Amino acid sequence: MIAAILVLTGLALLFGLILGYASVRFKVEGDPIADKIDSLLPQTQCGQCGYPGCRPYAEALAKGEAPINLCPPGGETTMLALADLLDVEPLELDEEANKQPEVPEVAFIIEEDCIGCTLCIQACPVDAIVGSAKHIHTVIESECTGCKLCLPPCPVDCIIMKPLKISPNNWKWKPPHSIEKDYPVIPSSTESELEESV
Amino acid sequence: MTSRKLWRFHGGVHPPFHKEESNQLASEFAGIPAQLVIPMQQHIGEAAEAVVKAGDKVYKGQKIAVADHHGISANIHAPTSGKISAIEERVLPHPSGLPGLCIVLDSDGKDDWGDCKLTPYSDYQNTEVSELLQRIRESGIVGLGGAAFPTAVKVSGSLNKAVSTLIINGAECEPYITCDDRLMRERSAEIIEGIKILQYMIDPQECLIGIEDNKPEAIEAMSKACETEENIEVVTIPTIYPSGGEKQLIKILTGKEVPAGGLPLDIGILGQNVATVYSIYQAVVKGIPLISRLLTVTGNGIQRPQNFEVLNGTPISYLAERAGGYTKMAEYLIMGGPMMGFALRDDHIPVVKASNCTLFVSSTVLNESNSAYPDQPTLPCIRCGKCMDACPLNLLPQQLYWHIRARDFERAESHNLKDCIECGACSYVCPSHIPLVNYYRFAKGEIREQTETQEKARRARQRHEFLEFRKAREKREREEKRAAHKAALQKKKQAAAKARAATNGAAGDASDSKADAIKAAMQRVKAKKQARAQQAKKQTKEQTKPTKDAPGINK
Amino acid sequence: MRLIYGKMPLFWLYHFMTEYLLIVVGTVWVNNIVLSQFLGLCPFMGVSRKLETAMGMGLATTFVLTLSSISSYLVFEYLLQPFALEYLRTISFILVIAAIVGFTELVIHKTSPVLHNVLGIYLPLITTNCAVLGVALLNTQKSHGFLESALYGFGSAIGFTLVLVLFAAMRERLAAADVPKAFQGNAIAMITAGLMALAFMGFTGLIKAT
Repeated sequence: MIAAILVLTGLALLFGLILGYASVRFKVEGDPIADKIDSLLPQTQCGQCGYPGCRPYAEALAKGEAPINLCPPGGETTMLALADLLDVEPLELDEEANKQPEVPEVAFIIEEDCIGCTLCIQACPVDAIVGSAKHIHTVIESECTGCKLCLPPCPVDCIIMKPLKISPNNWKWKPPHSIEKDYPVIPSSTESELEESV
Repeated sequence: MTSRKLWRFHGGVHPPFHKEESNQLASEFAGIPAQLVIPMQQHIGEAAEAVVKAGDKVYKGQKIAVADHHGISANIHAPTSGKISAIEERVLPHPSGLPGLCIVLDSDGKDDWGDCKLTPYSDYQNTEVSELLQRIRESGIVGLGGAAFPTAVKVSGSLNKAVSTLIINGAECEPYITCDDRLMRERSAEIIEGIKILQYMIDPQECLIGIEDNKPEAIEAMSKACETEENIEVVTIPTIYPSGGEKQLIKILTGKEVPAGGLPLDIGILGQNVATVYSIYQAVVKGIPLISRLLTVTGNGIQRPQNFEVLNGTPISYLAERAGGYTKMAEYLIMGGPMMGFALRDDHIPVVKASNCTLFVSSTVLNESNSAYPDQPTLPCIRCGKCMDACPLNLLPQQLYWHIRARDFERAESHNLKDCIECGACSYVCPSHIPLVNYYRFAKGEIREQTETQEKARRARQRHEFLEFRKAREKREREEKRAAHKAALQKKKQAAAKARAATNGAAGDASDSKADAIKAAMQRVKAKKQARAQQAKKQTKEQTKPTKDAPGINK
Repeated sequence: MRLIYGKMPLFWLYHFMTEYLLIVVGTVWVNNIVLSQFLGLCPFMGVSRKLETAMGMGLATTFVLTLSSISSYLVFEYLLQPFALEYLRTISFILVIAAIVGFTELVIHKTSPVLHNVLGIYLPLITTNCAVLGVALLNTQKSHGFLESALYGFGSAIGFTLVLVLFAAMRERLAAADVPKAFQGNAIAMITAGLMALAFMGFTGLIKAT
């Protein structure tokens, strides 16, 4: 009886010591999983997920505080990639909140109307607008992420969204039609044939 | 022609070849159409830039577009004399059907060279290699086998490397196409001359001309032309599709395999199409830039299938008319052959440098060569594996199909999707008529777009992080400045207080002197005011005496 | 045979090879811990959706199983048996296994945070994996020695990993294949697992008895 209690207590103490030492020796600093999540997000920095930028959303995801279907620019692909990485079930995306244009859009400043107030420059999260006070501003097309954060601040409403031009260089083939359309599981014609033969 | 050891590549298919339709007649000059449409992008790399404008008169052979300096590009020359009617967007001969910038040339029928013919090199054996290379570059020569890679870039890359074998591609394995066949039969001497120019430039150890055995007349003509040459050999290869692919021909003739993702130059081999070599001859020996080529007009949808010598930018409708017009069976217009070509929407589209065939066919003919235009329904994959037996690159088309169907592009890429040459052999053999090549083309586009998006996202993240850093830095600097300013102010006040305490308001005190100066100034102003007021009083006393009607003089 | 018995070192080598090799072959193929003894089915079905996670889980379980069967043997042999406390073996084995799993979790969290995140709850659940406790108890039941216990644990873990990886590869293919709607997901996975178990029955004739 005493031996049993002693043995179990002794074992427990021993393992407790080992685990205590291990928890100190193998301490993890920082949050490396947030970096991996951040690399999957589209970096639009638009804030539509409710967090001020992609990194805060990534950190919330890492802590498990946020669902994976909040990112409209990322769309279905990002949601599935996040589901893959975090090994959770894919969630439904909110259809109307996540309305993305067919072709990616970039901002365009109508230079005749620009008054040089720099409000859009301050709003852009990736510094894609060039200009300074009382000088015409313009958007660097290759760096614009299409987040639309510059449209509200403009006092003369001179910024519009233009679709990216598709040329033979960046055109891509359409997906081939799926076989379900050509080969339905029960062809309707065979049913009527069977009826006739009977 | 000697019997050499030949190798075989994996797979390959034997579609019906249909060569007799168009290779019986000698090639004819197609003529000068009323309007030529010449796209700026006819080659791999950057588009050329137009150096003429609407309304300009041009001579035949005049340079109308220069190669872009920022990358790989090629010049474009006017195929005939005439007037530039416009530089505008026109539909391109591209599977997307999208328009691109084109120079529209209205021909004047005179075909006048003016002074635009380049100086022929009568003795190229004694000319500098760099000059010949410059001539090739100047003439806008691109790979005429279909890839349209600028030849000057390809050859200049090989000048510094030891090339053991120069391979001339006369295989022409795709069904229906016979332009290279006729070129070899009719202009073999010129082709051999072009080969000798290349041999002089890159000095290979041997030169092999690969021709399929279904072209006996071409083999004979080429063999006769190079009888006296020691280093040039015509090699007959068995007819199989796609033995005309560069990597496949290299394997057949030399047994070497080009490493995945690499170039034939990596293993010391340079390949050129016979038509490209002919153009090199034209440019160096005759001074004629690349403005025309042989092209096959064929299929059961055209009355008189044959080969034409076609000017760059000729509309296809002109060629169809020249060949006798359409038959009742013309349903599809294919640019290229039935295995690797793509369908065009209408026949006003022009031909470009890389066009080797325009095919007018009915759907039954296409169905026997390619499931990409199926009138037959696509059935489920039965995992028979015939596609894997047919692939010339020893890939796994079935696995690629399943992965792309599941949209798992990573797995597809790990199965070497990048090495697929889209030859169509797998689609040809599939018993379920699955358009396999379309799946691979779709996947390659998606992967390319994904890579671009990722790169863009990475840049956006960098810029955003820098923006945060910049904002933080500005804030920090502002804080520091304010703190410094405050500290300086504090120091000044303290020093002032100390000094005042020390000297008890003496005149020499710095801070006090300011107050003193202000006081003194105020006293001066006061004195001035008093003086003015007294002066004014005196004046009013004097002036009120003589004049009565002078009100408001003094304020 | 007489010749071999005559040369003593060779005898031990022969004994070593047959005895221990038999244990390994037996646990990996013939009496596979998952498909023949039906232990450890929870992670088998739960972690086998992707090949990479299955591999990670298999390696983690190998680490835990080997260590725990060695430690369990040591505890049983030198702590429980001398004091005639064999009846405490279940609870003390669980204590040992829980400690080792805790230790493994800390190590994995440090070395591969992605794997740690992906395995998620299944990593601490190795504690309740009946394969681990089962192997520890089977060792006592069969009165294995030290090396035999270690090999038995290691072999079982290798068998577990093998089957887990095979199953994960098949499930990935099944996810992309034309499975009828009613069978998609876990249903076809169960059927596949059953077919795999049938296939592994073919190994029964490989060795006489384990």
